[in-house]
Order: sequence, then structure tokens, then C-alpha cells
Amino acid sequence: MSDPDAAGPRRTPLTAVHERLGAALTDFAGWLMPLRYTSETAEHNAVRTAAGLFDLSHMGEIAVTGPDAAAALDYALTGDLSGLAPGRARYTLICAPDGGVLDDLIVYRLGDQDFLVVANASNAARVHAELAERAAGRSATVTDQTADYALIALQGPAAAAILGPLTDADLTALRYYAGHPATVDGRNVMLARTGYTGEDGFEIFARPDDAEPLWATLTEAGAGHGLVPAGLAARDTLRLEAGMALYGNELGPDIPPFEAGLGRVVKFTKPGDFVGRDALAQAAEAGPRRVLTGLAGESRRVPRHGYGVLWDGEPCGTVTSGAPSPTLGVPIAMAYLEPEAARQAADAGGGTGRLAVDVRGRAEPARAVPLPFYRRPA
Amino acid sequence: MTVPPELHYTAEHEWVRLDGATASVGITDHAQRALGDVVYVSLPTVGATVTAGEPCGEVESTKSVSDIYSPVDGEVTEINEEIDEDPALVNADPYGAGWLFRVALASGGELPAGMLSADDYLELTKEAG
Repeated sequence: MSDPDAAGPRRTPLTAVHERLGAALTDFAGWLMPLRYTSETAEHNAVRTAAGLFDLSHMGEIAVTGPDAAAALDYALTGDLSGLAPGRARYTLICAPDGGVLDDLIVYRLGDQDFLVVANASNAARVHAELAERAAGRSATVTDQTADYALIALQGPAAAAILGPLTDADLTALRYYAGHPATVDGRNVMLARTGYTGEDGFEIFARPDDAEPLWATLTEAGAGHGLVPAGLAARDTLRLEAGMALYGNELGPDIPPFEAGLGRVVKFTKPGDFVGRDALAQAAEAGPRRVLTGLAGESRRVPRHGYGVLWDGEPCGTVTSGAPSPTLGVPIAMAYLEPEAARQAADAGGGTGRLAVDVRGRAEPARAVPLPFYRRPA
Repeated sequence: MTVPPELHYTAEHEWVRLDGATASVGITDHAQRALGDVVYVSLPTVGATVTAGEPCGEVESTKSVSDIYSPVDGEVTEINEEIDEDPALVNADPYGAGWLFRVALASGGELPAGMLSADDYLELTKEAG
């Protein structure tokens, strides 16, 4: 008899599709996910020049509803959610009382009393528990709806052209960081113009049973536009080029938002208390202990998570994320640097000759560059 | 996944082609699939002494870096100059154009004991899943 504890990673509504496509699969946060289908560099480049199709069904979806839903979220999160108009979305953070980041989130307001909180797969259970606890005593219901959603992302300059004929939504009116109910291929979805790639694109929240038919329809519609399926490896290099933080790398419980460059996401001006307010106010007042900086490698060896950064040969920080950049053609990385080193590197035009990364025992030259590394053409 | 029968293999996923007293070395199809897109290969220098089982270079891909272990004892006589320009050769043709370096065997023609046959290597990769 097989061991019930050895159930293995969970399958998404699309795992069978990835298997049929011959994807290299990986256990990511307890989910069996596609790492790559063919070449992660080709998938990355396709998203930048045409479009990519991603299965993001591992992400957590938590519904917060009721008369006090907005107030509950204002208290639970760093952002001003009561100020969010229905049909709009906001990037925000959930912090611990000591100001450390527990997760970064996108919150969609579907109605006056109806919010959908999307959390990272690795934090979904924790976020659900925290939201439920923080909403206690208020007229708001917090429900984990992760199992009720499949999530497909269509990202790239051709995304709107591919999706347009398939949806009843007017894509010219659907602005960035907006989301509302719509149909795609006649199926009811929540359609959002959000993404994690730095390109135009859409995130389609669908019923699990609709996931395979939607994937097939989008694949067919995208065939003439250069659409390819894209896995988690491409997802990571795309978001890195776009200068977007990854929880567990740039964000974590010992990193206050200001050090990650996310001070704008903490709304001290909103009325009422919120979890972490005092600690965050103190951290803001004290100033950052480290500064998130972009690095471009000047050799071919790649700075990776955990590698030390050197200024004039002396340790001055640590790399949080690094990878070869297909778009820039050089290795890129994000690193937390001591404020003085970050300032000197910026003043010195990037610090060429003085800044280096310790790549497995050898100092590889790098220069500081402003984030993001890549911005999509206007 | 290909495992050419005429080659010899190591548990670290290198292959060896023996031509008289010269061994050509590369990484296997299994290895290149696991690595993903190769972006840079750090090869030993011509004239360097290599020792069986010791790291002598690195293969860097999008997501990871792996040591290249020399499968044999000897002196490096040649390295694949094409790899620097086009590291993707390792993915596209790991047993042919993606060869990495050649070694004049210290033993004069015998491979170290413990090298795997194609069948043994295939078994090994199956067990690993």
C-alpha cells in the first residue's frame, strides 16, 4: 500500500497539459509546475517579442467580503484598500507587527464589499490565516478560494491582439491594474490587466473546469502571433529584468518595505491603525540599513542569490536574485548594499572597476544600474 | 534522452570518447536537459593537468552552475573554442559539436576503473528519475 503522506506535490488544473507538452516539471511550493517547455531563453524572448502563456494556478486566492471588508483590509495590509475603486487592483504588502514583510499581494476590488487577495503560493495558507485573524470582530468574511480558481496569464506585446477576439471585454478600456468579470471563449472569468513580466498582458481567473479549454483556445488563437507556453524559469528572468521583487529573495520577514524600494506601498496617511504601523513608522524615520540596487555583470559568470558584493574589495552587501538576462545579454542581479556603498556606486556612474561580486571565490566586476533593467517600449 | 553506446560515462554525467591515448570529454544529454540553457562554460586551460574525480571547470546555465569533473588523469591538449562563442552547442549537440576538452591520458590509453558503460549510465539516470 502506498504511503498516504507521500502524496507528492499538488497538481493544478493544467498539470496534464504541461505533461502532454513534455514540460520539465518541478515541485514549486508544493505544486507540480512547469519549469520550462523547450528553452527558457526562447520562452523569455517570446514574451518580450510576441506572447507567452503561463499556468499560475498555484497562486493563492483569498476572498474578503462583507460590509467591513475594506476596513478589514485597511487594517490587515499596508495599503489603502478602501480607497480602491471597484474594478481596480493594487499591489500591496501584508506585514508582521514588527514591520517585516509576510507576503506581497495584489488585491482586486470586485465590488464595494467584495475583494480578491492574490498571494504567493508559498505564503497562501499563512496569508489566509493572518487575514482571518486580523478581520476578527469585523463584519467581514475571509475565505480561501485557491481551489476554486485556475489562473492563466497571457503576457507580451501580442497579448491584446490574441485575447481581443475571444472576449466580450473591451480591452481598449481595460487599463493596467484593472480587473472585472468578463467572458473568454464564452466562459465566465475575472479578467485583469496585471502581470509579473514587465510586458502588457492579462491574468485570467477561471473556474478549474474551464482551464484546459481556455488554454487550448488561447493556444490556437495565439498560433499566428508567436504565442508559446512559458514556464517558471522564464517567469523569473522576466520579472528580474522588470525589477520586480520576489518574496523569499528581495522581500522577507526581516526586510522592511522601504529597503526594498517599496515605501510607496505603505500608506501612513490612511485613517486608522494597521498591523505593523508603529514599527514601519520607526523604520521609515531611522532610514534604511541597506538599499536594493541593480547590478549588471561585466563578465559572463552570473551573480546568484547569497553571493557577496564587494566595493573596493571589501564586503558591502549580498545578492538577492541573479540570472543571465536574455534581453540585455549580460548577467543581472539585485542586491542589498550598505547605503554608503550604494550611494558611492551611483555617484561613480555605476562604480565600474570598484564594484564586484564574489562568484564562487572569484571577484567578478559589475556596475550598479538603476532599476528596472528593462522597460517595455511605450 | 540519448546515451551513445560507444561512449563511457561517469556518475557526474560526463561522457568520454576514447581515441587511442586521447580522451574527448563532454557532458551528457541528461545533464544538459537538467541544466537548461547553457550560457557560459569555464574550461580548463590547454596544458593543465587534470585529475580523475576533481573539478576542472564549470557549466553555467540560466538557473544553476555545475562543476565539470575530469573523468580521467592527464594533460589537457585541446579545448573547444566554439563553446565560448556559442554555449548553446552544449544543449544542441552534447556528444558532438558540444564537446568540451581533450586529454592526453596519463595511463597511455586505459580509462580509470569505475567508468560506466552506456547501459550502466542509463540505469543510473533512470533511478534518479
